[in-house]
Amino acid sequence: MGADLNVLEMNNISKTFPGVHALKNVNLAVKKGTVHALMGENGAGKSTLMKILIGMYTQYEGEIIFKGERLAHSNIKSAIDAGISMIHQELSYVPNMTVSENLFLGNEPRNRWGVVDRKKLREDTQSYLNLIGVKLDPGTLMKDLSVSERQMVEIAKAISYKSDVIIMDEPTSAISDREVERLFKIIEGLKKRGVAIIYISHKMDEIFRIADEFTVLRDGTFVGTQPIEGANIDQMIAMMVGRQLTDLFPRRTPEYGPAILTVRNLTKRGVFENISFEVRKGEIVGIAGLMGSGRTEVVNCIYGLDRSDSGEIRIRDTAATIRTPKDGMRQGIGLVSEDRKTLGLVLQLSVKENIMLPNFQLCTRYQVVSDAKEKMIADGIIKDLSIKTPTRDQKAGNLSGGNQQKIVIGKVLLGNPDLLILDEPTRGIDIGAKSEIYKLISQLAEQGKAIIVVSSELPEIMGLSDRIIVLHEGKVTGELTREEASEEKIMAHAFGK
Amino acid sequence: MGQTIKATFTGDLLRKYGLLLALVLLCAVFASMSPVFMTERNLLNVLNQVSINAILAIGVTFVILIGGIDLGLGSYVALTGCLAALFASSGDALFIPILLGILGGLLIGFVNGITITKGKLAPFIVTLGMMTIARGGALVVSDGRPISNLSPSFNAIGGTFLGIQIPVLIVLVIFLISLFVLNKTVFGRYVYAVGGNEEAARASGINVHRIKLYVYILCGGLAGVAGIIQTARIETGQPNIGVGYELDAIAAVVIGGTSLSGGSGRITGTIIGALIIGVINNGLDLLNVPSYYQQIIKGLIIVGALLIDRKS
Ligand SMILES: Nc1ncnc2c1ncn2[C@@H]1O[C@H](COP(=O)(O)OP(=O)(O)OP(=O)(O)O)[C@@H](O)[C@H]1O
Ligand SMILES: [Mg+2]
Repeated sequence: MGADLNVLEMNNISKTFPGVHALKNVNLAVKKGTVHALMGENGAGKSTLMKILIGMYTQYEGEIIFKGERLAHSNIKSAIDAGISMIHQELSYVPNMTVSENLFLGNEPRNRWGVVDRKKLREDTQSYLNLIGVKLDPGTLMKDLSVSERQMVEIAKAISYKSDVIIMDEPTSAISDREVERLFKIIEGLKKRGVAIIYISHKMDEIFRIADEFTVLRDGTFVGTQPIEGANIDQMIAMMVGRQLTDLFPRRTPEYGPAILTVRNLTKRGVFENISFEVRKGEIVGIAGLMGSGRTEVVNCIYGLDRSDSGEIRIRDTAATIRTPKDGMRQGIGLVSEDRKTLGLVLQLSVKENIMLPNFQLCTRYQVVSDAKEKMIADGIIKDLSIKTPTRDQKAGNLSGGNQQKIVIGKVLLGNPDLLILDEPTRGIDIGAKSEIYKLISQLAEQGKAIIVVSSELPEIMGLSDRIIVLHEGKVTGELTREEASEEKIMAHAFGK
Repeated sequence: MGQTIKATFTGDLLRKYGLLLALVLLCAVFASMSPVFMTERNLLNVLNQVSINAILAIGVTFVILIGGIDLGLGSYVALTGCLAALFASSGDALFIPILLGILGGLLIGFVNGITITKGKLAPFIVTLGMMTIARGGALVVSDGRPISNLSPSFNAIGGTFLGIQIPVLIVLVIFLISLFVLNKTVFGRYVYAVGGNEEAARASGINVHRIKLYVYILCGGLAGVAGIIQTARIETGQPNIGVGYELDAIAAVVIGGTSLSGGSGRITGTIIGALIIGVINNGLDLLNVPSYYQQIIKGLIIVGALLIDRKS
């Protein structure tokens, strides 16, 4: 196989952060017109390797050969000019700019006076949005979009550069199946034009569907590169985790107690309408639906992040007034939000501070925090959830995406809620950690907690839930028991049939 | 590897003690140029002169940490100072003027805080408005004239205790309390969280509005303390005093490494920042640099310090 087929070669790449050896002699060779999956557990170094390629990190060892020449770019702009673009795992956008301004940031079409050509900007944006199939007004502010819409804009942006290599770092972690299909079609099209895609995802089925080759990293070291053809999932997992995994979803025989949460006719005009359901002690209820179906909005109202217009929320059969998250927490509700970056974490604070933020009552006397107790509690969570961090004092923003997610789960669990709401709980979490989290959710249900799981991943919803509620455009269109549920039935309800 | 670890080690040291180093260097420079600088008398004098700015800077550190700003500090000093003076004229008044000065400051902070949180206005605008309101208030209370003939016991606040100026002692106490509050209490943790990510703080069950309100009240109260000290020191309630004090205070905070976008910074940095500004003022005075040039040099040093800070 001639090396000239490789549009990109990264050789012997090493990179250290203070206290972390993130990459050790890693190699990556990507062929023109192929999809190359980059795999590994949370914190394996995937994003770091890609950030080196895109020019975000310029201090590293090793060399990059791009289109047969040694690439020595100095920043993101020069990488993009050379022909590399990236969809970032942690969404990067300017909240107060419009969709079109974000899309063409630093790349605006100009008229002959050198002034930004507003009309063309709008039209070009519209054509990219059409291409990826999202209905959005190019003039909407980024901050007013949902996480998945932002993700779609991000995808459109990466494509707009017309690069030779496009890096996609967990592009599907925040979008639902329909958008995923759309993205895969786009990827097919890009492949035909000779574009190479480096694809990072923790979703194995996606890898098998679209990838041609895969490379596995483990703990910052290179494990191997293989073609997808002939590879099987167990072997791939073994390469990533270093051991075999059995049974992703633990079996359990649920025992239900009285209703913990009862929702009656909950309505928020223009968002959702007449939502009624209940969750019993020891029960796991899944909420499924397409992006924009109102799933997140409903659970946010139950927790107090948002307010409904009418309807009733009862906790343990007593009417509850929940106006703020504080009220929600007082009622024994815990929420792991889908929006990790804006609602889940204070990125510039340490892992410890983030874990403790809603939980200071555990280590406080007369408003004074006990350092020793605080450290002990935080270390406990770091250990229990195997959060990969050099110290508890590391900035949360410096952790890998999956490990950030574990912090959010940890801090909510620490509050010991009776009703646990998990909105996309395994977003960006590797398969090993996923099975740990599923185990944890099952255990919590067995201990008598009431649990709501909102997820775009059907296998996850079906594997975990005792009962599944399906939403379509803000209305409940179906309710299925574990036995009744199938992917087809859920999708049918999700499309409003 | 060995090299990178060493490099980050010295980097950490620089980040931690760089500010202190800058202060020491600055002192060394002035000491070599003026024989008077290093005398005990002069150094105590510097501390005394720094005290008002230090108190204001501590208050505004909290405000900047939550991602806010307070532009009215100088006017609050004038208003609270005049309020205190108004009640400090009878024979041995001490308690009442102190109480009123501080209460006045707390009230100003309360109004700021309520307008910013409940009224959802930008702190920049609200405190800019409060700046002129408080200045007007000071002129009204004092009838536009300096209020003098204050009680000796009140004026004593500007004096010494066991050979050390009382204002310096007050700063020390306030500094230690703030250090404790910010690092050891739940409130302190919340301050950082609110400044770092307000939404996430709210989602974690923190009453963000209340934290902000407390912070503005605290800042106003400290301005009241500064007002009392100011009045006692010059033995007069001066409605026109304090113009530009807020800028020195904010400069001290920023030199001290607190980020203007909120969420990160240290009180110790602020104190060192205030000392750096104080030493520059004092040193330039000693060297007889004309005051117009002093302002230019001061500005250059502040911006220069920040540039160096960003680089490292
Ligand atoms: N800016 C940084 N400062 C310090 N450490 C960092 C920084 N960025 C990443 N790391 C560390 O480097 C390691 C690799 O992180 P990276 O983000 O590349 O993982 P990843 O493979 O993308 O994981 P995930 O699947 O969770 O996204 C982790 O241990 C992480 O904590
Ligand atoms: Mg990553």
